[in-house]
Amino acid sequence: MLRSRWNKIALFLVCLAPFARLLWRYRTDDLTPNPIEFITHFTGDWAIRLVVATLAITPVRKLLHLPDLIRFRRMLGLFAFFYASLHFATWFGLDKGFDMHEILSDFTKRRFIIAGLVAYLCMVPLAITSTKGWIRRLGGRRWQLLHRLVYVTGVAAVIHYYWLVKSDIRLPLLYGSLVAILLAYRGAIALWPRRAPAVS
Amino acid sequence: MLIKKSADIGYSEVTPKSLYFNRRSFLAGIPAAFLGARELLSPSRARAGTKLPDLAKSPFSTSEKESTYNDVTHYNNFYEFGTSKEQPAEYAKNFKTTPWTVSVDGEVAKPRKYSLDDLMRVAPLEERIYRHRCVEGWSIVVPWAGYSLSALLKQVEPTPKAKFVAFQTYYDLGQMPQARYAGIELPYVEGLRIDEAMHPLTMLTLGMYGETLPPQDGAPVRLTVPWKYGFKSAKSLVKIRLVEKQPPSTWNITNAHEYGFYSNVNPAVDHPRWSQATERRLGELRRRPTLPFNGYADQVASLYTGMDLKKFY
Repeated sequence: MLRSRWNKIALFLVCLAPFARLLWRYRTDDLTPNPIEFITHFTGDWAIRLVVATLAITPVRKLLHLPDLIRFRRMLGLFAFFYASLHFATWFGLDKGFDMHEILSDFTKRRFIIAGLVAYLCMVPLAITSTKGWIRRLGGRRWQLLHRLVYVTGVAAVIHYYWLVKSDIRLPLLYGSLVAILLAYRGAIALWPRRAPAVS
Repeated sequence: MLIKKSADIGYSEVTPKSLYFNRRSFLAGIPAAFLGARELLSPSRARAGTKLPDLAKSPFSTSEKESTYNDVTHYNNFYEFGTSKEQPAEYAKNFKTTPWTVSVDGEVAKPRKYSLDDLMRVAPLEERIYRHRCVEGWSIVVPWAGYSLSALLKQVEPTPKAKFVAFQTYYDLGQMPQARYAGIELPYVEGLRIDEAMHPLTMLTLGMYGETLPPQDGAPVRLTVPWKYGFKSAKSLVKIRLVEKQPPSTWNITNAHEYGFYSNVNPAVDHPRWSQATERRLGELRRRPTLPFNGYADQVASLYTGMDLKKFY
């Protein structure tokens, strides 16, 4: 069932739905009294959710013996990059108004901005090399090594969120726990390969 | 005390919208569309408050454009009713504010408990249109209704030992179930130095937009200190206590490194995590420069003569 072409299309539409919702809220003048802040938070929320979803593919497919889930990983990753790019562009263009002076001073002085930038920059090479051609060119092993950068993205994105909130840390903690579990699973497999659950 | 009208930024200094929007071709059309539509939509919204009797005009009012009622009532920081901006409008909807008493005591000759009706009669209610700058970098312009807090404080006759004023706000998990997620110690407490509290700009606020306060904006009575970051203007007051020592304040307890006792609006002193040089006025897209003491420097800067405002942030 997971092999059907249709569920790839379905997932594509599901991943696009938040963006459609954002456009709809803009159309219906429903972007809250502070639209730029709303767009920033909305795109950031979806970026981190999709990063977590991407990180979850490997553990879930192994634990639930659903090898075909791998078919969806690239799309989830690319949508994470899509929302992260919107998030970044909103901050850069709408919030800061391309004011390079302010942007550069944010980069050097604001640690939550630095964490966010690290998370985003680590996604760029992954998005570029996400094609079959690039996998061939790099070779599976090197490609896989490169794509471990997504672990950095996951951790940096959580830190970015945690450093940003004022006092209510429920959501950063939730994403932080998920990323920690997903990375710990990988760590456990790497350290104790024989005790790991049977890989299908 | 000399009270001058502050010098507001003239519209001539603002970059024309057309120039500004041209830089954003990738999202062209957004601004004009929502700026226009919002104005049309907001007045029709039902208001929660009761109309107040005629309010005297105040020389302290700014001539800047008022924020829309809808923005001021749907973009709130009131952590007892949820930590997002939209939640207070929803979770405070059924906030019960009658009966209400505010006790005023401590270092005073005549401590007293005030009912809401008493508070309405302490001094004639005035409408004062103040700028309100949040520490997070957004701002609004609100027509508050109330009077100088000094009128109330004078009634209870502070003793010479009264050097500070401590404020405490309403707290009840029954009415405020969201408060358990606030991540700050509650009840919310704030404080002012006595000269700040007695300054005529400091308001005891009972209404806005000609009506009683809606719950999410601090019903039924709140503080308004226009030259300080918004969190100093505590909402839903229940206790006012005159004290000898500097009282604790909630955000300072939460994170002393980021939020000081004074918290005067100051574009030259950054918040550790973001710049305070600019702010976004709700309803506008472009950030505007933040003014020292939120534009009230002429009236209040003298309160801080000789103080290092970087140290006493």
